[in-house]
Formats: sequence, C-alpha cells, structure tokens
Amino acid sequence: MYNKIMVPVDLEHVEKLEKALQTASELAKSYDVPVCYVAVTGGVPNRVAPSPEKFEVELNMFAREQADKYGVETECKSVHSTDVAVELDDKLLEAIEDVGADLVVMASHIPGVADKLHLISSNAAYMVKHSDVSILVVR
Amino acid sequence: MSNEIKQAEEAISEIEDLYDTDYEIGQDNIEKWGFDIHAPVFPTSAALIVLFVVGSLMFPESAKVGLEATRNWIQDVFDWMFLSAGNFFVLFCLLLIVLPVGKIRLGGEDAVPDFSVVSWFAMLFAAGMGIGLMFWSVAEPVGYFTEWFGTPLNTPGFTEESRSAAMGATMYHWGLHPWAIYGVVALSLAFFSFNKGLPLTIRSTFYPLLGDRVWGWPGHVIDTIAVLATIFGLATSLGLGAQQAASGFSFLFDIEGGLRTQVIVIVGVTAVALVSVVRGIDGGVKLLSNLNMIFALLLLVFVIFAGSLGGFFTNLGRTVSGYVEYILPLSNPMGREDDTFYHSWTIFFWAWWISWSPFVGMFIARVSRGRTIRQFLTAVLIVPVVFTSVWMSAFGGNGIDQAANGIGELADGIGDSTLALFQMLTHLPLTSITSFLAICLVLVFFVTSSDSGSLVIDSITSGGKTDAPVTQRVFWATAQGVIAAVLLMVGGSAALQALQAGAVSMGLPFTLILIAMCVSLSRGLYHERRLMQYNEILQQ
Repeated sequence: MYNKIMVPVDLEHVEKLEKALQTASELAKSYDVPVCYVAVTGGVPNRVAPSPEKFEVELNMFAREQADKYGVETECKSVHSTDVAVELDDKLLEAIEDVGADLVVMASHIPGVADKLHLISSNAAYMVKHSDVSILVVR
Repeated sequence: MSNEIKQAEEAISEIEDLYDTDYEIGQDNIEKWGFDIHAPVFPTSAALIVLFVVGSLMFPESAKVGLEATRNWIQDVFDWMFLSAGNFFVLFCLLLIVLPVGKIRLGGEDAVPDFSVVSWFAMLFAAGMGIGLMFWSVAEPVGYFTEWFGTPLNTPGFTEESRSAAMGATMYHWGLHPWAIYGVVALSLAFFSFNKGLPLTIRSTFYPLLGDRVWGWPGHVIDTIAVLATIFGLATSLGLGAQQAASGFSFLFDIEGGLRTQVIVIVGVTAVALVSVVRGIDGGVKLLSNLNMIFALLLLVFVIFAGSLGGFFTNLGRTVSGYVEYILPLSNPMGREDDTFYHSWTIFFWAWWISWSPFVGMFIARVSRGRTIRQFLTAVLIVPVVFTSVWMSAFGGNGIDQAANGIGELADGIGDSTLALFQMLTHLPLTSITSFLAICLVLVFFVTSSDSGSLVIDSITSGGKTDAPVTQRVFWATAQGVIAAVLLMVGGSAALQALQAGAVSMGLPFTLILIAMCVSLSRGLYHERRLMQYNEILQQ
C-alpha cells in the first residue's frame, strides 16, 4: 500500500519522538518498506552539531541506530535551510517529493495555551493541509 | 617521516582541545509556552529595557541632560581612543586580507555560500548603513562646504579646496573605518561560530581569551550590553527617523507632519517589518534588500545623469583625491584644532558605528557563511567604499554644485539637515517621482533594519540559537516599534534623544570589547592556520 515512510526528526528532541519512531518502524515492517528520516538544519551551529556536515553525520548515525533497534531498512536526508524556524514546513513538504515518500509519520506537540492564541504554528497541521500524501500525526 | 606525522597529529589534537567546550548550545535556555530563551540574558535585557524606557519617560529632560552629558564626556575624554581604535581596525582588516590566513573559508573548506554575491552585497547595506547614506549623502558634504557646523581641519567653506575637503571628510566617515569596525565584529562572530562551532552570540568571540568562563557572567554582561545597544539604537533611530520621514512627507505632499503622521510611519514600518520577519531571511530581508538595491541604483543613475555627467566625473575625482588627501590628517588624534568637526562629527560617528557593530556585525556574519576571509573582508571593506564613493559623488557632489552656484535652499546652507536630500532633488527634473522614490527607499531601509535587528537580538537572547520560534523575532520587532512610539508620544524628542545618547555611549565599552575581539580573533586564526598546515602534512 505504501512505498516509503518519511519521518521528520528534530535531533535535539529525540526523546519526544519515541512514539512516532516506533509507530513508523512498525508500519514499515508490516508493509516491508524503508523509513526515511528527514531533518532540516541551517549553517549556524546548533545543539546537535557544530556544522551542517557534522549534522549529516549525526543523522546518518541516528538512522543506523533506528535500523538496528527496529530491524527495518532506513535512510535519511538532511535538508539545508538558511532560516530553519521559518522554512521548516516548506522544506519538509519539498522533502516528501524528493525522497519519494507516500506516507509521513510525525510527532506533534500537545496543543496548549500557545496554540489557542495562535502564537505557535503546528508543523503537523501545516503538512496535513498542504501535502497530498497521507500523514499520520502521533500524539 | 612517521615522526613528523605523529607530531602533526599531536599538535592538531592540542589545538582542537583548546576549542573543545562542554557547553551545549541552548543548555541555559528556558523552553516554555512556545518560547526558547536564554536565562539570564533575555529576562535581564527585558527588565533593563523597561527600566530605561520608563525612566526616560518619567524624567525626559533630566534623562536627556544626564545621558547626553555622559555621551559628550565620553566623546571628549576618550576621543583619542575612538580614533586610534578605528585606525587600528582598518589596518587589522587590511592585514588579514593580504596575510595567508585570508585563505581560511568561513564554515570550513567545503562550505558553500547561502546567498548569491549580489544578494549578499545588497544585505550588507540593509542593516545599518542604508538609512544613513540616504539622509547624510547630501547634508554632510554640503554642511562642510557651507560651514554649517564645523569644517574638516577648519578648511574655509565655499572654496575649491573646501569641495574636496568636504567630499574627502564625508568619505572618511562612511568609508573604510565604519566598514572595518563592522568587519571585525562580523568576521569574529562568523569565524568562531561557523569554524569553531560556538553559538552565534557575541560572547563566543572571547572563547580563546576567557575559555569556559564566557558561558558565565562575563558572557552574560557582554551579551546584555549588546542587546541594549541594539534595541535602543534601533528604536530611537526609528522614532527620530519617523520624525524625519514625517517632515519629508510634509515637505513633499503638504501633509501635516505632526505626531499623528510620525506614529503612522512607525506603525507602518513595524507592520511591514513584521511581515518581513515572518517570511524569514530569504522571503523577507533578502527580498527587500534586493529591491532596495535596484531602486537605489535607479536613483543613483538618475542623479548622475540629471545633474550633469561631466560634473559627476569631476566630483568623483574630487571625492577620490579628497579621500586620499585627507584620510591621514583626519585619522590623526594629536594636536587637533578643528574641535567642532573632530568631536561633533568624527568621534560621534565612531561611537555610533561601534555601538551599532554588534547588530550590524552579527547580521553580516549570519549571511556570510561559505566565503573565504579574503573574499569576506574585500567585500565588506573595498566594495562598499567604491560604491559609497560613487554615491557620495553623485548626491553630495550635486548638492555642493547647487550650493556653489546659488541654486535653491542649499545655497543658504543647511537649514533642516533631514531635508537636504529632498532640497537637492527639487532642483533636478521629475522631482515628485524621485522624492517619492527616495522616501520609499528610506522607509524600506527602516524595515530591513528592524527585521535584521530582530533576527540579531533574538539570536543573542536565545543563547545563539537561530532556529528558535519566529514568535520571538516578532516580539523584538514589535518591541522596537512600541518603544519608538511610546517614547515619541509620551516623552517626545527629549526622551528619544536621551536614550539615543545612552545607546551611543555604549560605544565606549564596545571599543574595548572590539579591541579584545581582535586579539581573540588573531589567536583563533593563528590556530586555524596551523591546523590547516598540519592537516596538509597528514594528507601528504
């Protein structure tokens, strides 16, 4: 039914992704398809890595760890952005086409006061609205 | 041979250890309610901002007297230090261009620039320089020529000699020196962040000198001063700029230029800045900078041709020869007798550039990954100087020609310095179109300043994170507009001028910070160069 599952990851907050990662892996196993982890990063150092090149190394390592942990085929893609906070949603949308995914499994934050006030936008909601592939939002 | 390799490996790990910090970017941050901010820099800065604003609103006159006296004292007592530091920064930058360290690429060997050369160059002017070039390109040289407020080296006005002195002195203030000041800060930030992996915040540039102590209170102090200088510099410029824009509107369109128009200008600029902030660097500040560059070039070409092409080339000759002739005497801090010019123009400008350097420097750093140090400094120093020479020759040269030939208001000297540009344009064809274009340029430069300023303050107050929620940039852009409007409405010009004097006074601590930054950067570049050499040995 599906050919590839894409999972957007924020390597700074992997602990919050656990459920989404597990869900994606189990789906991947049952359809026997690969999981592709996509992360968006800029040129400025962040907590994960001091440069985009080293970030890519970290992401590769993460993908291999996931493969070992769940026994699924994994790949990854690091997307460059000059302004991650703003471009995240659009870069992820582009990545769906680039990696050829037809299912996106992603974690969502728990809606709180900030959402009610429209202070922060939901990445998952944006993806659902603007992509034509299936999106599974894991809470 | 193997011995040599072993030595190289040891040396490499020794140098790498120097920059090996346990500090994780964002480790001191508070993540709550959709915010991601550094403690204590964010709360301290915010509290001090409120304190200063409320203080200057409650006692606008005494705040003005006190802070302006502080600024004047700083400028009188430390004049030699500002001037010498400025000279030192120029030599430092020129040296880095020619030394072998110029080969180091920001972001490492394989880093690719994020922006095209044209957009990058356009953005250099977006942060701090654009507005000034609009307002002063006519007023400053014409002011010297007509003996408005001091002349360089006391050169008598209205003479052939005073023409080249006026152009030379203006270039001195807008040429190599300000860009070297910005260049030092920008290069330090870019190098320690992109090459050494330290967070993009002012304190990181002192890592080679202070080590892990930069993550403690010395770093908090440096970052907080940078935030205060930036927000007050920007907010007061926006407030005073709104007054200038409003008087421009009333001069051009016969609109009442009072408080209401001024507040409308602030609200309008802030609203557009918010849209630009939300659209990010590519869709916001880069786009606006490119647009502004196109319109500025159109205006420039128009002024060159409409004035007189021959006159322009004569003036360009005067500007270049004046700059060469006067740069050394004007850089000399000893035995100056042109007190008004020296203190009210040169030292004021130097304190101003230096107090803006954390803001402009960090924005330039942010967009400069992937350039070599040589490319970077050439573009930040040489290219703007060439462009500014042409710009000043066209605008200032035309203004002086009008003043010398008794054409229009400029012949009577500078009345209102903010109107000088429009007074010059009035006596060229198509006035209504060109004046409108000029005022749009000014407003858009305010937008790009506000936008880039929000980006910079957000990066500093979130501990060097550049992917913190956009809401925070929205907060800082709004804060600038609100501070400007409240100061203007409640405290009037006095409150604005008070806080502006306070912001410019930050130039003094920052002069010392910048000198230390040069030392720190030299160490960092020396280490990087050695790393490159050892790596070459290993590759052989």
